[in-house]
Amino acid sequence: MADTNATTAQALSAEELPKAQNPTVQFIKKFLRRKTAVLGFLFIVFILIMAVIGPSIVPYDPNAYDYGAILAGPSATHIWGTDEFGRDVFSRILAGTQLSLGTALTASILGTAGGVVLGLIAGFFGGIADSIIMRICDVMFAFPSILLAIAIVAIIGPGITNIMIGLAVFTVPSFARIIRGAVLEVRGELYVEVAQSIGCSPARTMFVHIFPGTMQALIVNFTMNVGGAILSASSLSFLGFGANVTQAEWGAILSQGRNYLAIAPHLVLFPGLVIFLTVLAFNLFGDGLRDTLDPKLN
Amino acid sequence: MGKYAVKRVLSMIPLLIVISIIIFMFVRLIPGDPARQIGGPTATIGEIENIRRELGLDQPLVPQYLQWITGIFQGDLGHSFTNNTSVAELLAPRLPITIYLTICSITWSVIIGIIIGVIAAINRGRALDLLGMLIAIAGISLPNFWLGLQLMQIFSVNLGIFPTGGLEDWRGYVLPSIAMGAGIMAILARVTRSSMIENLGKDYIRTARAKGLPEPRVIMVHAFKNSSIDIITVTALQIGALIAGSVVVESVFSIPGMGRLLVDSIGFRDYEVVQALILFFSFEYMVINLLADILYAVINPRVRYE
Amino acid sequence: MAEPLLEVKDLRTEFKRGKKDWITAVNGVSFSVNAGEIVGLVGESGCGKSVTSMSVMRLHNKLSTRISGDIVFGGKHILELSEAEMQSIRGNEISMIFQEPMSALDPIMRIENQLIEAISLHNKELSKDELHKRCVSALKLVGIPEPEMTLRNYPHELSGGMCQRVMIAMAMSCEPKLLIADEPTTALDVTIQAQILALMEDIRNKRNTGILMITHDLGVVAETCSRVIVMYAGNIVEEAPVKELFSNPQHPYTQGLIESVPKLGRRVHRLPSIPGSVPDLAAMPSGCRFAPRCKYAQASCSEALPKLVKVAENHYAACPFHTNARKEA
Repeated sequence: MADTNATTAQALSAEELPKAQNPTVQFIKKFLRRKTAVLGFLFIVFILIMAVIGPSIVPYDPNAYDYGAILAGPSATHIWGTDEFGRDVFSRILAGTQLSLGTALTASILGTAGGVVLGLIAGFFGGIADSIIMRICDVMFAFPSILLAIAIVAIIGPGITNIMIGLAVFTVPSFARIIRGAVLEVRGELYVEVAQSIGCSPARTMFVHIFPGTMQALIVNFTMNVGGAILSASSLSFLGFGANVTQAEWGAILSQGRNYLAIAPHLVLFPGLVIFLTVLAFNLFGDGLRDTLDPKLN
Repeated sequence: MGKYAVKRVLSMIPLLIVISIIIFMFVRLIPGDPARQIGGPTATIGEIENIRRELGLDQPLVPQYLQWITGIFQGDLGHSFTNNTSVAELLAPRLPITIYLTICSITWSVIIGIIIGVIAAINRGRALDLLGMLIAIAGISLPNFWLGLQLMQIFSVNLGIFPTGGLEDWRGYVLPSIAMGAGIMAILARVTRSSMIENLGKDYIRTARAKGLPEPRVIMVHAFKNSSIDIITVTALQIGALIAGSVVVESVFSIPGMGRLLVDSIGFRDYEVVQALILFFSFEYMVINLLADILYAVINPRVRYE
Repeated sequence: MAEPLLEVKDLRTEFKRGKKDWITAVNGVSFSVNAGEIVGLVGESGCGKSVTSMSVMRLHNKLSTRISGDIVFGGKHILELSEAEMQSIRGNEISMIFQEPMSALDPIMRIENQLIEAISLHNKELSKDELHKRCVSALKLVGIPEPEMTLRNYPHELSGGMCQRVMIAMAMSCEPKLLIADEPTTALDVTIQAQILALMEDIRNKRNTGILMITHDLGVVAETCSRVIVMYAGNIVEEAPVKELFSNPQHPYTQGLIESVPKLGRRVHRLPSIPGSVPDLAAMPSGCRFAPRCKYAQASCSEALPKLVKVAENHYAACPFHTNARKEA
């Protein structure tokens, strides 16, 4: 079996050698072959566009009460029905895209940035810095999953901003570990030794030579993390730790709707479906990126 | 082997101490006067003073911590202001419910996840693989509270097979277990699949086939046993997600367990209960990971000598 | 002459690439191995020598491989057997050892259990005690000094050479008639290599086992084999008794191979090498596959694939311009 792979690999490389392509073009070509990943990517683009233009294209004012149409099921006038105040669910979800996606993205970016800095320092300098950072991560990992975020929200109080802080802190240790691992791998590479041997400063070596080497791990994990953050943020909102009831946020809309599950199931169905599809899109995209960037994992 | 286990247990102690200090600091980190926070806006100055004394907030931090931690070893987890009982009394009936729910969830999800993963791996690239991985990625992307509510909508509200909440009999556990375990099932299916594919490509699999072993034996005895090392590691890490999942799912199904108590206590600002619960969840998670580490060493002879 | 132990006739092995695309890794190969004979199968990596051996064992993935031709072993046509019949041959009548002994053993299973697995599979009647005894004697056969201790070890506790001994012990545990050794010494230190080769010769002498030695190392061939088959790009290009091959190579490729081995005590400015590289399996040159790299190539070489022709007693080469022919011209 190994021999088969060896020969095919050989055959492939021999075939591709003459027309050595721009790596970006090659990457895009390879990525486009993964249909589910492309689908995920397109959905993400769509959701991002909705986040930007959503509030201006809503069919109804997302906060306008209509006591004539309370808890109405999906119909031609309200395609996803209305809530207990007669507000249009579709408009609320559409308008809430910005807040829901923004919360998850901001938390992911903050947490990733923190993790990257700590991971780079730990991996590059090693020694005491490494020990301290990794022990801190160990402590944070001792809190199961989003419980750390819940604890943080319990201390600083509920609210969207506080959820964001909680999730960002919760993200830091995993990225610190991932980046540290990637740094240790890259550090052993010859080109880094060469850079150091010709007298590159530590900072330059770290950012110019080592950091780019960790990009693949970073991009893939960031994408997956956004999906996870959307789930976590909506869970926290669902528990009542996040957005308050007046805010149009996916988790909050769903949380409110659960009280009317028996009479108005659409209140739960649609926001959940949107959360599910968005997270699915990020996961499919992340999977595709990982498979394309790291052929070892195929 | 025994030596390894002892070493692992001992190495956990410093971490436990640090965690307990952080959780102890928890109440003290609340912005403003914790005694006032706990007492609420209607508390009189005398009441607040009482709370302060009871919590030991009038003493320096170190004796406070020592008092708290010795209390915990004696089973004194603090006092719940909203329920006016000891935290231990509050937890006692809830603990078995949550543990039972967790065991139900983990059992079905691990078994189904492994089965899907193995089937996908041996049918790599074919329709069954695709189907299995579709189920898996959907499971990872499903919000557990939404899944719980949808299950409730279909099986309780519409079909009336299972109760919408409460735990009168075994049927009460079915839907919450499904909602709690779906994500772990999905993750295990993915891990099992990729680990099996990796191991099936290893040289010792070729050796096993060259010995004349029948394919099912090659897959189960050699590939799967090696994959179980990865599976155990991931399962242990997923217990964390399961614990967090119990917080959400218990709220969805109105189950009087530890998770729901946590949400309620945060809402009521009943901080000593919150403190005790977070300590308990972290401790539970660490102990499970420790057990997984030891099990890992039992299966994998290579770690024992490192 | 007695019937050969293994006879491969016109073996073709193709792998699926893409949806309907098949590439040929072994293109009509015929050879035989006699009992008690060590036959070398030599060539560069990717020439199809390992694919050939895996085809004999039928270890390729059935879905992505197409094998044709005929493989006769002990009167049985291997390619026509059911999977169950094949399983009773693998490890029992034909055994195999591999290049990386460390990774060829299951890392989480004790040596004893791996040996027992091989033995009990083909000897279901043996009791636990008897199995243990068989394990001990199997390890003794391969010269392991403390078999009882080694049996309790895990592979990572043994050296590469020891692992290869265990592999050989496992392969020989059911007293097979044929042993296929796929680069058995490549991953080992030179001194260990010599020990393992000596061990294999010793076993051959004791058990009269036929051995198919697959290697890219001409030194190994010279040391152990009695007959050599040279493969290039999925074809056999030359076959000869070992001394004849080294003293009188006929095919230009064989010549190039022998010349590119450095020799002790002979200093040269530049070691001769064969220009170019092995052609891509999917884009084979027409006619003789070695022609683009061959210094004797003529226009006619790219017209048809040359057939093996007898050039001397027991000596065959697939080149119309083999050394003898050139000398005559």
